[in-house]
Amino acid sequence: MAAGIKIAIVGGGLAGLAAAMKIAEAGHEVDLFSVVPVKRSHSVCAQGGINGAVNTKGEGDSTWEHFDDTVYGGDFLANQPPAKAMCEMAPAIIYLFDRMGVPFSRTNEGLLDFRRFGGTKHHRTAFAGASTGQQLLYALDEQVRRFEVAGKVKKYEGWEMMSLVLDDHQVCRGIVAMNLRSLELKAFAADAVIIASGGPGLIFGKSTNSMVCTGSAVGACYQQGAKYANGEFIQVHPTSIPGEDKLRLMSESARGEGGRVWVPKSKGDNRSPSSIPENERWYFLEEKYPAYGNLVPRDIATREIFQVCLAGMGANGDNQVFLDLTHIPAETLDKKLGAILEIYEMFVGDDPHHVPMRIFPGVHYSMGGLWVDFDQRTNISGLLAAGECDYSIHGANRLGANSLVSCVYGGFIAAPAAIEWAKNVERNGSNGSRIYEQETKRQQETNDKLIAQSGAENQYKLHEEMGRIMTDNVTVIRYNDRLKQTDDTLRELTDRYDRISINDSNLWATMALPHARQLRNMLDLARVITLGALNRNESRGAHYKPDFPDRDDANWLKTTIAEHSGEGPMFSYDPVDISLIPPRKRDYSHEKKETAKA
Amino acid sequence: MSNTVEIHIKRRPNVDAHQHWEEFEIPYRPNLNVISCLMEIRKNPVTKSGQQTTPPSWDMNCLEQVCGICTMVINGRVRQSCSALVDNLDKPIKLEPMTKFPNIRDLKVDRSQMFSHLKKVHAWIELDGTHDLGPGPRMDQDDVMERYAYSRCMTCGCCLEACPQYDEDHYIGPQAIAQVRLFNMHPSGAMDRDERLQGIMGEDGITNCGNAQNCVKACPMNIPLTKAIYEENRETVLYGLLGWLEK
Repeated sequence: MAAGIKIAIVGGGLAGLAAAMKIAEAGHEVDLFSVVPVKRSHSVCAQGGINGAVNTKGEGDSTWEHFDDTVYGGDFLANQPPAKAMCEMAPAIIYLFDRMGVPFSRTNEGLLDFRRFGGTKHHRTAFAGASTGQQLLYALDEQVRRFEVAGKVKKYEGWEMMSLVLDDHQVCRGIVAMNLRSLELKAFAADAVIIASGGPGLIFGKSTNSMVCTGSAVGACYQQGAKYANGEFIQVHPTSIPGEDKLRLMSESARGEGGRVWVPKSKGDNRSPSSIPENERWYFLEEKYPAYGNLVPRDIATREIFQVCLAGMGANGDNQVFLDLTHIPAETLDKKLGAILEIYEMFVGDDPHHVPMRIFPGVHYSMGGLWVDFDQRTNISGLLAAGECDYSIHGANRLGANSLVSCVYGGFIAAPAAIEWAKNVERNGSNGSRIYEQETKRQQETNDKLIAQSGAENQYKLHEEMGRIMTDNVTVIRYNDRLKQTDDTLRELTDRYDRISINDSNLWATMALPHARQLRNMLDLARVITLGALNRNESRGAHYKPDFPDRDDANWLKTTIAEHSGEGPMFSYDPVDISLIPPRKRDYSHEKKETAKA
Repeated sequence: MSNTVEIHIKRRPNVDAHQHWEEFEIPYRPNLNVISCLMEIRKNPVTKSGQQTTPPSWDMNCLEQVCGICTMVINGRVRQSCSALVDNLDKPIKLEPMTKFPNIRDLKVDRSQMFSHLKKVHAWIELDGTHDLGPGPRMDQDDVMERYAYSRCMTCGCCLEACPQYDEDHYIGPQAIAQVRLFNMHPSGAMDRDERLQGIMGEDGITNCGNAQNCVKACPMNIPLTKAIYEENRETVLYGLLGWLEK
């Protein structure tokens, strides 16, 4: 009897768990790899909610309207068919989580409640307090545990993917992973592999991302031939809390529930915010974008806040603006935003019920990622991707509360596509063991070399330098000369990387070797992001160049594709599927024009 | 104010080795938390007396007190190290691994037993399937709020570290009991109530609670753990009685 289908999933956040649940439910086996116990994945950090056009508020919302908001918010860089499919699946996704027991907030009739988020005029965001990502992840964690008990899912928590196992025809046959305690390297055969490893925020040093969000697994796939698309589109969230170790997210739901962004009208006004009268406050988002106000999409809010601070108008002359909730009744705040207000108070010490929060933009999300087709398949046969690590859906800018739905959608599409591939692929038989041994040996050699070398460079300092230059030059405002200079620096850092010492003589459960492996992969992706930005001479969504301030559809309505080579990333460009909604200019100072349903 | 921060770390090179203390000193900056201190130390692991040493190993991820991974004992109190702000801590700061779980290295522990407990208490809803069956049952917002409180448990283990009864795995502990409450309160979850109750009625079950009430004080998410224990104790007593009558 032939062995059953086994699929390896790398990453146990929303996308990975969604895929695992679907594959196990279909009766197949899953090997699930995660750097941390899956319940501690970065999805827990998502706060505000999950979008789906359920129209419980009678506002005439529809999945088509959700789709139009998504591609309009993404400045028309997204392929439209998958974005449409996601919006159509979104209500069913929310209902499924409801059935799994997620404590979504309710209306008076006990129905799901919805709130407003950026880039839409509709109440379309279902939420569980202000820790929706945590609640959704736990629901999937519970269902996958159920399949774990049933013997369908085997978890490898504390194992990090090092590389893919590819056969002589460049078909993916499994992965090599490293045990993060013993540093043992082991090959795992699989009929298909789904990468669901999340975003690469740590390339920017400090971001709103968790410490596992290195993009390292994706970097390894890229080095082995997977295409990386739209890398230059990095979302900088308008509202984060600056910290020494990371930038903590302050959810868009704060503005969705009525929060207002302002600075004092006169430069150098150092009075405490509560003593500045209403007519001496500059609500710059409301003034410039009367139709959407504080709920303009993130790329726009971020640029406005950034420019205000660059002009010296930030609160107390610093890089910060006020996000004010003090006019909202305390009971409403506690019910709808409790978790995030606790985070602010815990880390800053001020109580946002009474004192306006001080916030500044922070790197948050990558719209770019592994190139996938409309079934989440990468260009490597047998390798799929889902979640933040893939590039589909969000175009040049992601709308708030679309990430949770896109992760689950990606997992739900990748699972049957992986099964379909696995059913039809020829097993590579007993002579296949050679490729596993070879790849394990190759990874062991890389580890041995790193452990043996004793150069003067410090890997953590290299990481800091990379993060600083990426944050300074490849985030909100981009200039070609600085991008060029950033790439030169990244190449220098890559050279210096060869002279690091891992600096830990105790290899048991060391953090040093895994970090060194991650750093190498981050450096490669940093170049993809930087050079993609350098090449793209236009402004679109999150990618903004003052020297090329307009969107240029004639030349740049296309997907950036980066492929690895010995000389660095090689770029090519693919057309965008705009078959459903013709591109039109984004303008959030006015109501969005209706689009006729195709 | 001192321009350095002194940090004492209880080290253990591996599972078989003995623990020992090492002292470190790093430059003071405003807004430091314990994690940023550890990051500073690992960059250049030299003790206060100038001895080169190995970098300390610890667990961290979200740094927003929502993933639970960075839990350790700080100045004698179990809590998350990401939200432990240096300005609010007595100095020198003393960092130790949790004591109720196997110590892997330095500040790292293995809390997989907590996830095993979730299996034992059937901490999920038995879905008919993941296909589209429309919305779940309607629920009152007050019930949702109570469930939400239990659902915020991040399996960090503070309650178990603080519990005088929880040791060597002889008592399943408050975290699993609170999850029983979470699912038994849900209209669909209640249909499998009995299986969950059986999970907390064995030798290591709910009756081992000594009512010290340390758990509820230690919980960083303010989960009403003692309420969950009270409610589930009541449910198990009733279930035991009815189960006996059925026989």
